[in-house]
Amino acid sequence: MLPIYQTQLRSRLMLGTARYPSPAILAEAVRAARAEVVTVSLRRESAGERAGQAFWSLIRELGVRVLPNTAGCHSVKEAVTTAHMAREVFGTPWIKLEVIGEDDTLQPDVFGLVDAARSLCAEGFEVFPYTTEDLVVAERLLSAGCRVLMPWGAPIGSGRGLNNLFGLKALRAHFPEVPLIIDAGLGVPSHAAQALELGFDAVLVNTAVAQARDPVQMAGAFAQAVEAGFAARQAGPIEPRDLAAPSTPLIGTAFRG
Amino acid sequence: MKILVNGAWRDTRSAELTRALEELGYGSTVVSTAVNGEFVPLAQRAETRLADGDRLEVLAPMQGG
Repeated sequence: MLPIYQTQLRSRLMLGTARYPSPAILAEAVRAARAEVVTVSLRRESAGERAGQAFWSLIRELGVRVLPNTAGCHSVKEAVTTAHMAREVFGTPWIKLEVIGEDDTLQPDVFGLVDAARSLCAEGFEVFPYTTEDLVVAERLLSAGCRVLMPWGAPIGSGRGLNNLFGLKALRAHFPEVPLIIDAGLGVPSHAAQALELGFDAVLVNTAVAQARDPVQMAGAFAQAVEAGFAARQAGPIEPRDLAAPSTPLIGTAFRG
Repeated sequence: MKILVNGAWRDTRSAELTRALEELGYGSTVVSTAVNGEFVPLAQRAETRLADGDRLEVLAPMQGG
């Protein structure tokens, strides 16, 4: 079980809900992923279309926990206001805090992120900050009251996997007790397996599943990868080495001596 | 009275936020509101007054990553 704030999660795969071909495929993908947590957002609602109402009904029928995000917010003020609005609509203190600092990479504005996290934690929110692998920023976020961190693997939607292995390993080693969830940039299930093998507690995936040719099959593949990666971590992987080490015992080898 | 609703100018007769939302077609919907960038909780909508030129944001659940 993975303890996240006061909740114990069985599944280590969280799923985003955006960019699926249809609501029905999204629902099937959530089931195939065996996800317990899905991310959601808030957008302007047109009175005529009522698109948000239909989406919210679909999510409630799935019976999963929602993790609302502050996607698209570029300032502390926008992010904090959006968090309050999300808490009212979704009825959860959880907030995936995003303060975007740069539009080409969508990398977080870590200065604004820490400010917004401090303010929201003080107001009783349970904050999941979307951050980088920077150790100092991580320390500040924990000091601000965050009890979980969501470092990026690679830029959102890029599908590049774990871009900075050294930095991510250092983050894991430096905060062995803090739940760390890789958010963003994973492209294929092997990236997710690698994250779990390295000791990360969970992954959040959206585009890699939603934009796959068959999102439902890909969701199932990610679920298997996350389970395999977690099992491998529990089993204790060997350390890589530079030279060969024979796996077949040498004692009694034929034709020698 | 003209107010900016989700970025588009709209005419409303009512200055009271709850009534203005009904007038704008949001009567029975699950939405969250902000006026001039400040969150207005559901419990405060009835006592919130709109003025000409105010910016009203009406947000609803949407897909997100």
